[in-house]
Amino acid sequence: MNHALLYALVGVGLFLLGFYALIIHAHLLRKILALNIMGSGVFLVLVALAKRTHDAYPDPVPHAMVITGIVIAVSATALMLVLLLKIFAKTGQAALSDRHKK
Amino acid sequence: MMPVAIFDAVLGAALLWLAWHALASPDLFKAIVLFVSFGLLMALAWVRLDAPDIALAEAAIGAGLTGAILLATLAKLQTMTGKNTFVLSAQPAFKSLFLRGLLIVLLSGSAAGIGYAVWVLPSNSNGLRLDVAANLDASGVSNPVTAVLLNFRGYDTMLEMTVLLMALLGIWSLGGLPPRPRRPAAAVLDIFSRFLAPVFILVAAYLLWVGADAPGGAFQAGSVLGAAGVLMLLSGWRPHDRFTLRYLRFALTAGASAFIILGLLTMLHQGQLLAYPPAQAGTLILLLESLATVSIAATLAALFLAEAPDHTENQ
Repeated sequence: MNHALLYALVGVGLFLLGFYALIIHAHLLRKILALNIMGSGVFLVLVALAKRTHDAYPDPVPHAMVITGIVIAVSATALMLVLLLKIFAKTGQAALSDRHKK
Repeated sequence: MMPVAIFDAVLGAALLWLAWHALASPDLFKAIVLFVSFGLLMALAWVRLDAPDIALAEAAIGAGLTGAILLATLAKLQTMTGKNTFVLSAQPAFKSLFLRGLLIVLLSGSAAGIGYAVWVLPSNSNGLRLDVAANLDASGVSNPVTAVLLNFRGYDTMLEMTVLLMALLGIWSLGGLPPRPRRPAAAVLDIFSRFLAPVFILVAAYLLWVGADAPGGAFQAGSVLGAAGVLMLLSGWRPHDRFTLRYLRFALTAGASAFIILGLLTMLHQGQLLAYPPAQAGTLILLLESLATVSIAATLAALFLAEAPDHTENQ
Protein backbone atom coordinates (compact mmCIF):
# COMPACT_ATOMS: atom_id res chain seq x y z
CA MET A 1 0.00 0.00 0.00
CA ASN A 2 1.55 3.32 -0.96
CA HIS A 3 1.13 6.38 1.20
CA ALA A 4 -1.18 8.24 -1.19
CA LEU A 5 -3.77 5.50 -0.72
CA LEU A 6 -3.40 5.74 3.05
CA TYR A 7 -4.15 9.47 2.97
CA ALA A 8 -7.08 8.90 0.62
CA LEU A 9 -8.57 6.44 3.12
CA VAL A 10 -7.96 8.91 5.98
CA GLY A 11 -9.83 11.46 3.85
CA VAL A 12 -12.79 9.08 3.50
CA GLY A 13 -12.71 8.57 7.28
CA LEU A 14 -12.68 12.33 7.95
CA PHE A 15 -15.61 12.89 5.59
CA LEU A 16 -17.73 10.28 7.33
CA LEU A 17 -16.72 11.42 10.85
CA GLY A 18 -17.78 14.93 9.89
CA PHE A 19 -21.02 13.66 8.37
CA TYR A 20 -21.87 11.73 11.54
CA ALA A 21 -21.20 14.77 13.72
CA LEU A 22 -23.19 17.02 11.37
CA ILE A 23 -26.28 14.91 11.91
CA ILE A 24 -25.81 13.96 15.57
CA HIS A 25 -24.99 17.37 17.13
CA ALA A 26 -27.67 19.95 17.79
CA HIS A 27 -25.36 22.93 18.38
CA LEU A 28 -24.89 24.96 15.20
CA LEU A 29 -21.23 25.82 15.85
CA ARG A 30 -20.52 22.09 15.97
CA LYS A 31 -22.37 21.56 12.72
CA ILE A 32 -20.14 24.23 11.14
CA LEU A 33 -17.01 22.49 12.48
CA ALA A 34 -18.35 19.20 11.14
CA LEU A 35 -18.89 20.69 7.67
CA ASN A 36 -15.31 21.98 7.67
CA ILE A 37 -13.96 18.54 8.62
CA MET A 38 -16.05 16.94 5.86
CA GLY A 39 -14.55 19.42 3.41
CA SER A 40 -11.01 18.63 4.59
CA GLY A 41 -11.74 14.94 4.01
CA VAL A 42 -12.84 15.60 0.43
CA PHE A 43 -9.74 17.73 -0.21
CA LEU A 44 -7.50 14.99 1.18
CA VAL A 45 -9.03 12.36 -1.13
CA LEU A 46 -8.65 14.67 -4.16
CA VAL A 47 -4.99 15.48 -3.50
CA ALA A 48 -4.10 11.91 -2.51
CA LEU A 49 -5.53 10.65 -5.80
CA ALA A 50 -3.48 13.29 -7.64
CA LYS A 51 -0.36 11.76 -6.09
CA ARG A 52 -0.72 8.44 -7.92
CA THR A 53 2.16 9.41 -10.20
CA HIS A 54 4.83 7.72 -8.06
CA ASP A 55 8.01 9.77 -8.24
CA ALA A 56 6.87 12.30 -10.82
CA TYR A 57 5.31 15.66 -9.96
CA PRO A 58 1.65 15.11 -8.94
CA ASP A 59 -1.29 16.21 -11.08
CA PRO A 60 -1.61 19.99 -10.44
CA VAL A 61 -5.28 20.30 -11.45
CA PRO A 62 -6.73 18.87 -8.20
CA HIS A 63 -4.21 21.01 -6.30
CA ALA A 64 -5.64 24.14 -7.88
CA MET A 65 -9.18 22.95 -7.16
CA VAL A 66 -8.34 22.37 -3.50
CA ILE A 67 -6.71 25.80 -3.07
CA THR A 68 -9.86 27.34 -4.52
CA GLY A 69 -11.91 25.11 -2.22
CA ILE A 70 -10.04 26.18 0.92
CA VAL A 71 -10.74 29.86 0.22
CA ILE A 72 -14.39 29.14 -0.56
CA ALA A 73 -14.67 27.09 2.65
CA VAL A 74 -13.43 29.95 4.83
CA SER A 75 -15.80 32.47 3.23
CA ALA A 76 -18.75 30.10 3.60
CA THR A 77 -17.75 29.47 7.22
CA ALA A 78 -17.66 33.20 7.93
CA LEU A 79 -21.16 33.61 6.45
CA MET A 80 -22.46 30.61 8.41
CA LEU A 81 -21.05 31.98 11.66
CA VAL A 82 -22.77 35.34 11.15
CA LEU A 83 -26.04 33.51 10.42
CA LEU A 84 -25.48 31.54 13.64
CA LEU A 85 -25.07 34.74 15.66
CA LYS A 86 -28.17 36.22 14.02
CA ILE A 87 -30.19 33.12 14.87
CA PHE A 88 -28.88 33.28 18.43
CA ALA A 89 -29.77 36.97 18.79
CA LYS A 90 -33.30 36.26 17.51
CA THR A 91 -34.14 33.02 19.32
CA GLY A 92 -31.73 32.87 22.25
CA GLN A 93 -30.63 29.45 21.07
CA ALA A 94 -27.57 28.36 19.15
CA ALA A 95 -28.96 24.90 18.54
CA LEU A 96 -31.60 23.64 16.18
CA SER A 97 -34.71 23.05 18.26
CA ASP A 98 -36.92 20.04 17.86
CA ARG A 99 -40.24 21.66 17.01
CA HIS A 100 -42.26 18.51 17.57
CA LYS A 101 -41.37 18.47 21.25
CA LYS A 102 -43.12 21.72 22.01
CA MET B 1 11.37 3.95 3.66
CA MET B 2 10.19 2.46 6.92
CA PRO B 3 10.34 5.56 9.19
CA VAL B 4 8.43 7.55 6.56
CA ALA B 5 5.69 4.92 6.48
CA ILE B 6 5.42 5.08 10.28
CA PHE B 7 5.21 8.89 10.09
CA ASP B 8 2.37 8.63 7.56
CA ALA B 9 0.48 6.16 9.71
CA VAL B 10 0.89 8.31 12.84
CA LEU B 11 -0.14 11.46 10.98
CA GLY B 12 -3.20 9.76 9.52
CA ALA B 13 -4.22 8.44 12.93
CA ALA B 14 -3.60 11.86 14.54
CA LEU B 15 -5.79 13.57 11.93
CA LEU B 16 -8.68 11.21 12.63
CA TRP B 17 -8.17 11.47 16.40
CA LEU B 18 -8.10 15.29 16.34
CA ALA B 19 -11.13 15.47 14.05
CA TRP B 20 -13.08 13.15 16.34
CA HIS B 21 -12.19 15.09 19.48
CA ALA B 22 -12.82 18.45 17.83
CA LEU B 23 -16.32 17.22 17.06
CA ALA B 24 -17.04 15.37 20.31
CA SER B 25 -15.29 17.42 23.00
CA PRO B 26 -17.89 18.79 25.44
CA ASP B 27 -16.14 22.15 25.74
CA LEU B 28 -16.60 24.27 22.64
CA PHE B 29 -13.41 26.28 23.21
CA LYS B 30 -11.38 23.08 23.38
CA ALA B 31 -13.15 21.86 20.25
CA ILE B 32 -12.04 24.95 18.31
CA VAL B 33 -8.45 24.69 19.56
CA LEU B 34 -8.39 21.03 18.48
CA PHE B 35 -9.81 22.07 15.11
CA VAL B 36 -6.98 24.58 14.64
CA SER B 37 -4.37 21.93 15.44
CA PHE B 38 -6.17 19.65 13.00
CA GLY B 39 -5.61 22.34 10.35
CA LEU B 40 -1.90 22.51 11.17
CA LEU B 41 -1.53 18.74 10.83
CA MET B 42 -3.44 18.92 7.54
CA ALA B 43 -0.70 21.26 6.32
CA LEU B 44 1.83 18.50 7.12
CA ALA B 45 -0.27 15.99 5.19
CA TRP B 46 -0.24 18.33 2.17
CA VAL B 47 3.55 18.44 2.33
CA ARG B 48 3.67 14.64 2.40
CA LEU B 49 1.45 14.59 -0.70
CA ASP B 50 3.82 16.93 -2.56
CA ALA B 51 1.36 19.82 -2.47
CA PRO B 52 3.35 22.73 -0.97
CA ASP B 53 0.97 25.28 -2.54
CA ILE B 54 -1.94 23.81 -0.59
CA ALA B 55 0.16 23.50 2.56
CA LEU B 56 0.80 27.26 2.48
CA ALA B 57 -2.86 28.06 1.90
CA GLU B 58 -3.99 25.63 4.60
CA ALA B 59 -1.55 26.97 7.19
CA ALA B 60 -2.68 30.55 6.57
CA ILE B 61 -6.40 29.98 6.07
CA GLY B 62 -7.44 26.57 7.35
CA ALA B 63 -5.50 26.82 10.58
CA GLY B 64 -5.09 30.59 11.02
CA LEU B 65 -8.03 32.54 9.70
CA THR B 66 -10.79 29.95 10.24
CA GLY B 67 -9.61 29.52 13.83
CA ALA B 68 -9.64 33.29 14.39
CA ILE B 69 -13.19 33.61 13.02
CA LEU B 70 -14.41 30.65 15.07
CA LEU B 71 -12.89 31.99 18.29
CA ALA B 72 -14.31 35.46 17.62
CA THR B 73 -17.77 33.93 17.18
CA LEU B 74 -17.42 31.90 20.36
CA ALA B 75 -16.40 35.05 22.25
CA LYS B 76 -19.52 36.84 20.94
CA LEU B 77 -21.73 33.91 21.92
CA GLN B 78 -20.25 34.02 25.40
CA THR B 79 -20.83 37.75 25.85
CA MET B 80 -24.39 37.28 24.59
CA THR B 81 -25.15 34.52 27.11
CA GLY B 82 -22.89 35.68 29.92
CA LYS B 83 -21.76 32.08 30.32
CA ASN B 84 -18.18 30.97 30.17
CA THR B 85 -18.41 27.44 28.87
CA PHE B 86 -20.63 25.63 26.46
CA VAL B 87 -20.68 22.20 27.99
CA LEU B 88 -24.29 21.69 26.94
CA SER B 89 -23.32 22.12 23.33
CA ALA B 90 -22.32 18.46 23.14
CA GLN B 91 -25.91 17.36 23.50
CA PRO B 92 -27.06 15.23 20.59
CA ALA B 93 -29.82 16.31 18.23
CA PHE B 94 -31.71 13.15 19.04
CA LYS B 95 -31.42 10.69 21.88
CA SER B 96 -32.89 7.58 20.33
CA LEU B 97 -30.26 4.85 20.45
CA PHE B 98 -31.97 3.05 17.58
CA LEU B 99 -31.61 6.07 15.27
CA ARG B 100 -27.97 6.50 16.30
CA GLY B 101 -27.27 2.84 15.65
CA LEU B 102 -28.99 3.05 12.28
CA LEU B 103 -26.90 6.12 11.38
CA ILE B 104 -23.68 4.35 12.38
CA VAL B 105 -24.62 1.28 10.31
CA LEU B 106 -25.45 3.44 7.28
CA LEU B 107 -22.23 5.43 7.61
CA SER B 108 -20.11 2.29 8.05
CA GLY B 109 -21.71 0.99 4.87
CA SER B 110 -20.81 4.22 3.04
CA ALA B 111 -17.29 4.08 4.51
CA ALA B 112 -16.83 0.57 3.15
CA GLY B 113 -18.27 1.57 -0.24
CA ILE B 114 -16.23 4.76 -0.71
CA GLY B 115 -13.14 3.11 0.76
CA TYR B 116 -13.48 0.23 -1.69
CA ALA B 117 -13.97 2.66 -4.59
CA VAL B 118 -10.75 4.44 -3.63
CA TRP B 119 -8.92 1.13 -3.08
CA VAL B 120 -9.66 -0.31 -6.53
CA LEU B 121 -8.62 2.81 -8.44
CA PRO B 122 -5.52 2.16 -10.55
CA SER B 123 -2.47 2.84 -8.41
CA ASN B 124 -0.77 4.66 -11.26
CA SER B 125 -2.49 7.53 -13.00
CA ASN B 126 -1.19 10.70 -14.55
CA GLY B 127 -4.52 12.51 -14.55
CA LEU B 128 -4.11 15.79 -16.39
CA ARG B 129 -0.45 16.14 -15.40
CA LEU B 130 0.95 15.47 -18.87
CA ASP B 131 -1.51 17.89 -20.53
CA VAL B 132 -0.47 20.60 -18.07
CA ALA B 133 3.23 19.85 -18.61
CA ALA B 134 2.83 19.97 -22.39
CA ASN B 135 1.20 23.42 -22.30
CA LEU B 136 3.22 24.91 -19.46
CA ASP B 137 5.49 26.85 -21.80
CA ALA B 138 2.54 28.73 -23.28
CA SER B 139 1.04 29.57 -19.87
CA GLY B 140 3.43 32.39 -18.97
CA VAL B 141 4.44 30.88 -15.59
CA SER B 142 6.46 27.82 -14.64
CA ASN B 143 4.64 26.77 -11.44
CA PRO B 144 2.05 24.29 -12.76
CA VAL B 145 -0.44 25.04 -9.97
CA THR B 146 -0.37 28.78 -10.73
CA ALA B 147 -0.69 27.94 -14.44
CA VAL B 148 -3.85 25.93 -13.75
CA LEU B 149 -5.32 28.51 -11.34
CA LEU B 150 -4.70 31.62 -13.39
CA ASN B 151 -4.52 30.36 -16.96
CA PHE B 152 -5.92 26.94 -17.82
CA ARG B 153 -8.74 27.13 -15.29
CA GLY B 154 -8.85 30.91 -14.86
CA TYR B 155 -12.63 30.59 -15.11
CA ASP B 156 -12.72 28.79 -11.72
CA THR B 157 -10.68 31.53 -10.09
CA MET B 158 -12.94 34.20 -11.61
CA LEU B 159 -15.97 32.49 -10.09
CA GLU B 160 -14.13 32.07 -6.81
CA MET B 161 -13.46 35.79 -6.54
CA THR B 162 -17.18 36.30 -7.06
CA VAL B 163 -18.05 33.76 -4.34
CA LEU B 164 -15.80 35.59 -1.86
CA LEU B 165 -17.59 38.83 -2.70
CA MET B 166 -21.00 37.16 -2.39
CA ALA B 167 -20.17 35.81 1.07
CA LEU B 168 -19.24 39.31 2.21
CA LEU B 169 -22.34 40.81 0.59
CA GLY B 170 -24.37 38.14 2.38
CA ILE B 171 -22.97 39.23 5.73
CA TRP B 172 -23.48 42.91 4.93
CA SER B 173 -27.05 42.39 3.79
CA LEU B 174 -27.81 40.57 7.03
CA GLY B 175 -26.82 43.84 8.68
CA GLY B 176 -23.50 42.49 9.89
CA LEU B 177 -22.64 42.17 13.53
CA PRO B 178 -22.86 44.97 16.09
CA PRO B 179 -19.52 46.79 16.28
CA ARG B 180 -17.24 45.27 18.86
CA PRO B 181 -16.17 47.49 21.76
CA ARG B 182 -13.14 49.52 20.78
CA ARG B 183 -10.94 49.27 23.80
CA PRO B 184 -7.23 50.01 23.38
CA ALA B 185 -5.19 46.88 22.79
CA ALA B 186 -2.83 45.53 25.40
CA ALA B 187 0.69 46.93 25.03
CA VAL B 188 2.21 43.63 23.91
CA LEU B 189 -0.35 43.04 21.16
CA ASP B 190 -0.13 46.68 20.08
CA ILE B 191 3.66 46.72 19.71
CA PHE B 192 3.74 43.19 18.33
CA SER B 193 1.28 43.95 15.55
CA ARG B 194 3.12 47.15 14.64
CA PHE B 195 6.25 45.08 14.11
CA LEU B 196 4.50 42.21 12.38
CA ALA B 197 2.26 44.05 9.91
CA PRO B 198 5.16 45.24 7.68
CA VAL B 199 6.69 41.74 7.78
CA PHE B 200 3.36 40.25 6.70
CA ILE B 201 3.15 42.71 3.81
CA LEU B 202 6.69 41.80 2.73
CA VAL B 203 5.96 38.06 2.95
CA ALA B 204 2.75 38.53 0.95
CA ALA B 205 4.60 40.43 -1.78
CA TYR B 206 7.27 37.72 -1.88
CA LEU B 207 4.69 34.92 -2.11
CA LEU B 208 2.89 36.77 -4.89
CA TRP B 209 6.05 37.30 -6.92
CA VAL B 210 7.54 33.85 -6.35
CA GLY B 211 4.23 32.14 -7.21
CA ALA B 212 5.11 32.31 -10.92
CA ASP B 213 7.75 29.61 -10.60
CA ALA B 214 7.65 28.22 -7.04
CA PRO B 215 4.96 27.42 -4.46
CA GLY B 216 3.02 30.58 -3.67
CA GLY B 217 0.67 32.86 -5.56
CA ALA B 218 -2.34 35.09 -5.15
CA PHE B 219 -4.24 32.93 -2.66
CA GLN B 220 -1.34 32.42 -0.30
CA ALA B 221 -0.29 36.07 -0.56
CA GLY B 222 -3.88 37.23 -0.10
CA SER B 223 -4.39 35.13 3.00
CA VAL B 224 -1.13 36.29 4.60
CA LEU B 225 -2.12 39.90 3.88
CA GLY B 226 -5.62 39.16 5.19
CA ALA B 227 -4.08 37.76 8.37
CA ALA B 228 -2.14 41.03 8.77
CA GLY B 229 -5.49 42.82 8.47
CA VAL B 230 -7.03 40.59 11.13
CA LEU B 231 -4.11 41.25 13.46
CA MET B 232 -4.51 45.01 12.99
CA LEU B 233 -8.27 44.77 13.57
CA LEU B 234 -7.66 42.80 16.75
CA SER B 235 -5.33 45.46 18.05
CA GLY B 236 -8.04 48.06 17.68
CA TRP B 237 -7.29 49.56 14.29
CA ARG B 238 -10.24 50.50 12.08
CA PRO B 239 -10.18 51.97 8.59
CA HIS B 240 -11.47 55.52 8.50
CA ASP B 241 -15.00 55.91 7.12
CA ARG B 242 -13.58 57.83 4.20
CA PHE B 243 -11.77 54.64 3.15
CA THR B 244 -14.62 52.26 3.80
CA LEU B 245 -16.88 54.19 1.48
CA ARG B 246 -14.73 54.24 -1.63
CA TYR B 247 -11.27 52.70 -1.45
CA LEU B 248 -12.30 49.63 0.54
CA ARG B 249 -15.05 48.84 -1.94
CA PHE B 250 -12.60 49.26 -4.77
CA ALA B 251 -10.19 46.84 -3.06
CA LEU B 252 -12.97 44.34 -2.46
CA THR B 253 -14.12 44.27 -6.06
CA ALA B 254 -10.75 44.75 -7.83
CA GLY B 255 -10.04 41.03 -8.27
CA ALA B 256 -13.45 40.04 -9.60
CA SER B 257 -13.70 43.09 -11.91
CA ALA B 258 -10.18 42.52 -13.28
CA PHE B 259 -11.13 38.94 -14.16
CA ILE B 260 -14.39 40.01 -15.79
CA ILE B 261 -12.83 42.87 -17.77
CA LEU B 262 -9.91 40.71 -18.91
CA GLY B 263 -12.33 37.90 -19.73
CA LEU B 264 -14.34 40.22 -21.99
CA LEU B 265 -11.20 41.63 -23.65
CA THR B 266 -9.82 38.17 -24.36
CA MET B 267 -13.18 37.12 -25.75
CA LEU B 268 -13.09 40.05 -28.17
CA HIS B 269 -9.43 39.60 -29.06
CA GLN B 270 -8.77 35.85 -28.87
CA GLY B 271 -12.34 34.61 -29.21
CA GLN B 272 -12.26 32.73 -25.91
CA LEU B 273 -12.81 33.63 -22.27
CA LEU B 274 -9.50 34.26 -20.47
CA ALA B 275 -7.39 32.83 -23.33
CA TYR B 276 -4.30 35.02 -23.03
CA PRO B 277 -1.94 35.55 -25.94
CA PRO B 278 1.12 33.45 -24.90
CA ALA B 279 3.56 36.35 -25.30
CA GLN B 280 1.71 38.54 -22.76
CA ALA B 281 0.45 35.73 -20.54
CA GLY B 282 3.11 36.22 -17.82
CA THR B 283 2.37 39.94 -17.45
CA LEU B 284 -1.39 39.47 -17.51
CA ILE B 285 -1.19 36.75 -14.85
CA LEU B 286 0.93 38.96 -12.60
CA LEU B 287 -1.55 41.81 -13.02
CA LEU B 288 -4.53 39.58 -12.27
CA GLU B 289 -2.76 38.01 -9.31
CA SER B 290 -1.82 41.37 -7.78
CA LEU B 291 -5.39 42.63 -7.94
CA ALA B 292 -6.72 39.28 -6.71
CA THR B 293 -4.30 39.40 -3.76
CA VAL B 294 -5.60 42.82 -2.70
CA SER B 295 -9.21 41.65 -3.04
CA ILE B 296 -8.69 38.36 -1.20
CA ALA B 297 -6.89 40.13 1.65
CA ALA B 298 -9.52 42.86 1.99
CA THR B 299 -12.39 40.37 1.76
CA LEU B 300 -10.92 37.98 4.33
CA ALA B 301 -10.29 40.79 6.80
CA ALA B 302 -13.81 42.16 6.20
CA LEU B 303 -15.27 38.66 6.66
CA PHE B 304 -13.46 38.45 9.99
CA LEU B 305 -14.74 41.84 11.14
CA ALA B 306 -18.24 41.05 9.81
CA GLU B 307 -19.47 44.59 10.49
CA ALA B 308 -21.57 46.18 7.82
CA PRO B 309 -20.26 49.62 6.81
CA ASP B 310 -22.15 52.51 8.31
CA HIS B 311 -24.31 54.29 5.75
CA THR B 312 -25.91 56.80 8.02
CA GLU B 313 -22.98 58.98 8.93
CA ASN B 314 -21.09 60.10 5.90
CA GLN B 315 -23.61 60.24 3.13
